[in-house]
Formats: sequence, C-alpha cells, structure tokens
Amino acid sequence: MNGAILRMVGVSQQYGVGELAVSALSGIDLEVMPGELVAVMGASGSGKSTLLSIAGGLQTPTVGEVVIDGEHLSTAKPDQLAALRRRSVGFVFQDYNLVPTLTAIENVTLPLELDGVSRRTVRRAGRDALQLVGLADRGDTYPDDLSGGQQQRVAIARAIVGGRRLILADEPTGALDSVTGEQIMKTIRSRIDAGAAGILVTHEARHAAWADRIVQLRDGRIIDESSRDKADAILAAR
Amino acid sequence: MSVRQSLLAILDQGACYGYQLRAEFDRRTGSTWPLNVGQIYNTLERLERDGFVAKGDVDEQGHVYWEITDQGRAEVRAWLDSPVERTQGTRDELAIKLAVAATLPGVDVADVIHRQRRASLGQLQELNRAKYAGPDPDGPEELAWSLVVDSMIFAAEAEVRWLDHTEQRLALHPRHALQLELSTERPKRGRPAKVRS
Repeated sequence: MNGAILRMVGVSQQYGVGELAVSALSGIDLEVMPGELVAVMGASGSGKSTLLSIAGGLQTPTVGEVVIDGEHLSTAKPDQLAALRRRSVGFVFQDYNLVPTLTAIENVTLPLELDGVSRRTVRRAGRDALQLVGLADRGDTYPDDLSGGQQQRVAIARAIVGGRRLILADEPTGALDSVTGEQIMKTIRSRIDAGAAGILVTHEARHAAWADRIVQLRDGRIIDESSRDKADAILAAR
Repeated sequence: MSVRQSLLAILDQGACYGYQLRAEFDRRTGSTWPLNVGQIYNTLERLERDGFVAKGDVDEQGHVYWEITDQGRAEVRAWLDSPVERTQGTRDELAIKLAVAATLPGVDVADVIHRQRRASLGQLQELNRAKYAGPDPDGPEELAWSLVVDSMIFAAEAEVRWLDHTEQRLALHPRHALQLELSTERPKRGRPAKVRS
C-alpha cells in the first residue's frame, strides 16, 4: 500500500486475437495519489478513452492490474465491481450524461440511492455536493433548465457525492465555451485539492495544464510524462 | 509601439503628471509590463516633439500635467481603430531550432520536441496556477491582469499544439526527418543564380 487512490500496473488491452489483434493499450503503469490530477493527452485513437474505461472498472484489461482504494479489480465479482464503481469512482463526460427526467439533486444522489443509502443521508450528501460545485440553490432544477456549464457542475457533484474520491473526466470541457470550460476546470481542481484524485482526458493543453502531471499517449503507450514534482513535494510534506 | 499609444490613450482621459501616468498604466495592465519613470518621461518628450501632447499646468508640488492635443486624440483613435501588425517572417527561435534539428543526422528530433513540450506545458501549468491563486477578476486591475495572463496561456497552448503537429508530421514522414549530410557542392559566392524556366 502506498496511499494511491488508483494504481494501474502493466495494463494492456488488446482487441481481437492472433494476427488480427489490435493493441489499444500497452504496458501502462499509472498511479494517482490523493490531491493529484493527472492529465492524459494524445491524438484520437491513442488509447485515452480505453485507459479511462479500464481505470474506472468499466472494462477489464487483457493483461495487468487495476487497484482502486486498495481493492483489486481483477479479483472482484461483477456485483462487487459495480458497487466499487458506485462508491469510489465518479465519471464526468463531455455531454454531461444527466437523466433529463430527474432534478439536479436527484441526478447527483442517484448512485447513493442505488446503493441503498438512507433517504435522509442521501438528501444531505446531495445538498453538500451541489454546494461544493456552487449550485446549492439549483437542486430542484431539471437539466434542461440549466446552462451547459451548470449541467457539467451537476455531473461533477454526482462524481464526488458521498465521499467518492476518484474523478475520471473524459473531455469535460469539450462542449463548453472557453470561459465556462475554465470554470469547470477550476471546480475540478478545487475538488482535487480537497483530497480527491483524478484523471483528465483532454486534447487541449490549456486544460491539461490544470493537472499536476501530464501524460502523453501514442498508439496505446505512454511516450512522455511530465515530472511529478508537485506530487512528490506533497508526499514529502506528509 | 503600444506603450507609447497606451500612454497617449490614458492622457486622452485627462491630464496626468509623469508618475501618475505610470501608476495608471500599471493599473490598466495588471502590472504585467513594468515601466520605469525614465521611460515615461522619454516617451512624453517624444510625444511632445511629435505634437501629440503638450505641457500644461504645474501644481504646488511642482508636478507638470501633460495634456493631449487634437493631433494626439486623432492618433489614439487611429490606434484603437487599426489592428496590431504582427511581425511577419520565420525568425521564430523555436521553429528555426526544430527545422535545423530535423536535418541533423544522429539527432532525435522527437526528443527535442518532448523536451520543449514539457517546458511549454510547465509554463502553462504555472500560468494556470497563477490564475487559480489570483484574485477573482471582478476589479478592473484584476481583470486587466487576467486578460494579459490569458493571452500568455493561449500563446503557450498554441505552441504545444504546433509541437504536437510537428511531432505527428515527422512521425508520418518516411524517414522521420530530412537528414542532410554536409553538401559536397561548394556554394558560390554572391546571390544564388536565378533559375530560368
């Protein structure tokens, strides 16, 4: 145990078999510590989204190990995996993925409801999460009545509700204008600074630069990685 | 030159003495372009010589208030109405470095690009952090500062995009670069002869 919220060790993903096999990811080693945001950049087809799916347990790698909060995904049964995803991992997508027939707070608390948490606890956790993203007063609003930036902040609240600590964001600013995109990055950054860990997939260097470390992927391999000076400094200070 | 025009545009709002003009310039640029008082007075003297400003009242502390002339006002208008001309040409240090590196046998250009990209991304990270730690851009001075920082952020981002593009271009190139041995042909003195078609 080294305190990492996410650990990927020797992760490879192949599609197809034999000569037709296509390698989407090869030998990925990646650790994300509490308070650390790692940006993953690369051209389309470089394996960014596959990496994110595997990191969040949506996809099982062909080879390698993924450990979230100390739990090994490869040995988890399907229902355990689903529960781990609900309790530990929050996804943020480019197109928000909110349920249009649920209010903002209902969207935020959905993973907790599915987990059978008591109604009162759910409600409080939902309000807390919305407050953290600056939407305390919009809980009863439906997604259609919110701006794109507000919808994305609801999605971030959903990703962190109930003490979840791993935020996996796939082009979270992709559908937003540049000023709103910057606000979203600030919101993510402040949640990371409060102790969460995150992976940010983006093709925009401006947004990647909100991360502590920037990893470059090409053809499924990490070809370059910026230093983790800041993360090291944080660890040294503990 | 935008410092000269900026000072003139500030004087268009009302007469100022030198030190006051410097404070106004700082306030409107978020102190991102520090000027010393000597530069201010030099500029004012040149503006006076060109007929754009004139010395006006002197207060009891001996401050000379500089006033804009009609000609100066026209100059401000012309400045605001016209685009800033960027320097043309290919004298960008980084572009030249990569272009030459790509022709050198035994040099890994991808490595040169990675190093540069790390540095550019590091610069972007610093700029973002400065902005994140900075005050909310509600006040005019903070807004001015964040506008200037934004321009640096977008310039650094453009550089990273160009580096990505260059890396991809070279990766797709059949020999990854156009490595040139030293030419055995001795260049002739004088201008190269024009090729007649």
